[in-house]
Amino acid sequence: MSDRNDVVLETKGLVKHFPISQGILFKTKVGAVRAVDGVDLQLRRGETLGVVGESGCGKSTLAKLLVGLETPTAGSINVRGQDMTRLKGGAMRRARRNIQMVLQDPYTSLNPRMTVGDIIGEPFEIHPEVTPRKGRTKAVQDLLDTVGLNPEHVNRYPHQFSGGQRQRIGIARALALKPEIIVCDEPVSALDVSIQAQVINLLESLQREFGLSYIFIAHDLSVVRHIADRVAVMYLGRVVETGGDEQIYENPTHPYTQALLSAVPVPDPRLRGHRDQIVLEGDVPSPANPPSGCRFRTRCWKAQDICSQQDPVLSIRERSDHPSACHFAEPRDVVHAL
Amino acid sequence: MTDIKAKIDVLPGLDPRAPLLEVNDLHVEFRTQYGISRAVNGANFTLAPGETLAILGESGCGKSVTAQAIMGILDSPPGFITKGEVKYRGVDLLKLPEKERRKVRANQIAMIFQDALSALNPVFTVGYQLAELFRVHRGMSRGDAKKRSIELLDQVKIPAARARIGDYPHQFSGGMRQRVMIAMALALDPEVLIADEPTTALDVTVQAQIMGLLAELQQQRNMGLILITHDMGVVADVADRISVMYAGKVVEEAGVYDIYARPAHPYAKALLESIPRLDMKGQQLNVIKGLPPALTAIPQGCAFNPRCAYAQDVCRQDPAPPSYIVAPGRTSRCHFWRDVVGE
Repeated sequence: MSDRNDVVLETKGLVKHFPISQGILFKTKVGAVRAVDGVDLQLRRGETLGVVGESGCGKSTLAKLLVGLETPTAGSINVRGQDMTRLKGGAMRRARRNIQMVLQDPYTSLNPRMTVGDIIGEPFEIHPEVTPRKGRTKAVQDLLDTVGLNPEHVNRYPHQFSGGQRQRIGIARALALKPEIIVCDEPVSALDVSIQAQVINLLESLQREFGLSYIFIAHDLSVVRHIADRVAVMYLGRVVETGGDEQIYENPTHPYTQALLSAVPVPDPRLRGHRDQIVLEGDVPSPANPPSGCRFRTRCWKAQDICSQQDPVLSIRERSDHPSACHFAEPRDVVHAL
Repeated sequence: MTDIKAKIDVLPGLDPRAPLLEVNDLHVEFRTQYGISRAVNGANFTLAPGETLAILGESGCGKSVTAQAIMGILDSPPGFITKGEVKYRGVDLLKLPEKERRKVRANQIAMIFQDALSALNPVFTVGYQLAELFRVHRGMSRGDAKKRSIELLDQVKIPAARARIGDYPHQFSGGMRQRVMIAMALALDPEVLIADEPTTALDVTVQAQIMGLLAELQQQRNMGLILITHDMGVVADVADRISVMYAGKVVEEAGVYDIYARPAHPYAKALLESIPRLDMKGQQLNVIKGLPPALTAIPQGCAFNPRCAYAQDVCRQDPAPPSYIVAPGRTSRCHFWRDVVGE
């Protein structure tokens, strides 16, 4: 694997529990939603780490933790050797510049009462040391140009732009502080296919131009496959399998990954009926009360007694060349081409 | 079951040998304060029993409005059907009085919607909403209706149907809610089911469950299914034929294998090329330049011409390209379909 110095972001045992409380006057904690429950990730310079999983698996909470919108219950987030969870005040503010976010819905994530110039320029208000006041209009126009929008449109409002253009505005805002890391939380899932391709191309060219590292959260596995260098598969707050994109897509070893991949419809009718489709029963269990042992065991066809007693750790196993959190990890080719 | 058929015979002019569903030159417009928005501009297709027709297109291309017009649930005003016919077994539904129309809905043509949570009534139990269908359309007693509702929930594989019949929609998960919607749509044994983005709001694993269930029920009942979607993966998996819509027109209609192998309209081709594929890893994705047109100002000539790589002067002038026959059962609204297919 590559040099440790290349790691720009590393999380260790990241946990976020949301308390469930009862009572009105005297609130007592009766439980916790274990949204993120012990996540270890590494992101290297210039790399894209895809995070996939079904809704409710903790992807978005993870994104919020990484950019500091939520405080973790436990664990650490190291960005260039600094633990983000321990920083305070000015140091925290400066460190946050380095990690920015692109949100899912370009219709609700832009303030309708602000002009595009104000939206993209707002990061400079909060971090005035990045760009002096005089240079800001120029900086905003440069950013618009970078993301492929007309720099003359700084005084327009978000409603004057289409969905794809709005997502470009969101990307320009994330780029404003020249971060090294951008967390993209479902950046293309609200867009039409033809527009989606434009935004993906833009993200890839920006990555090459500025050497950005992306955490790319999505539920669309084919988009993740296209853009990601490495992929982490999440289930109920944990990473169940991680590896290079080929390892995950060609040789998935965790039953959940296999089921997830097999469920993705392939846009080629010739493969109809030739795919090894694993249809999972039921829904994801509640993260407030996850199953004992392996969390996937309630929907797993391989589950045995050991799965309910022993929580499988994410590690490289006998028959798997990349970390997988399954006692019975073994490769199964589910998306083989013709 | 027999009482259903009795009701169909009441429809005047019904011809059992006529095509199950036929949409001819359908035009729908919305009269808004900003001008007339032409949502559907001549949609044509036919549906046979047991067949799955996918209507594919991006948002704003008129696919949902077409479905609403077929069902007769278009909000009017502002929506108006200005031209065209929707024929069910030879009967033009658009000419029927509302009272007759109501009998056709759910009895012969039923629909499931994208967002099951907003399509179900939150203040009634699922059992009540299902039983209502039997009570209103079939005049069943409460007891019988409940019994039928439980059977239905069993058919759509909701575990412990008897216990769950008293639950409210919010107590179900997304996938289960969509199953309830399917149960509701199939309650009166319709011959045509219109599914408007049935799995768009669902996770892939649940999507696989729901599509599997739909296919199974369709086969059991030999239903015609119109699947409205923008997901080209789902279409490749289940459709027999595809109608690709753009700016309110069916620009290409073809069998599923033909269209994926050799699309005959530049839009269909560009759409297929813009999805990330395995062999495209690390390369730029093909994009369709520009944006879909505003429906209040659809370009002259071919609506796709400003975004099209094949466009010539003839494409920029009215009349719009007619529906060329590419092969039997296969049409394309492109003057240059030969070039598009040929490449």
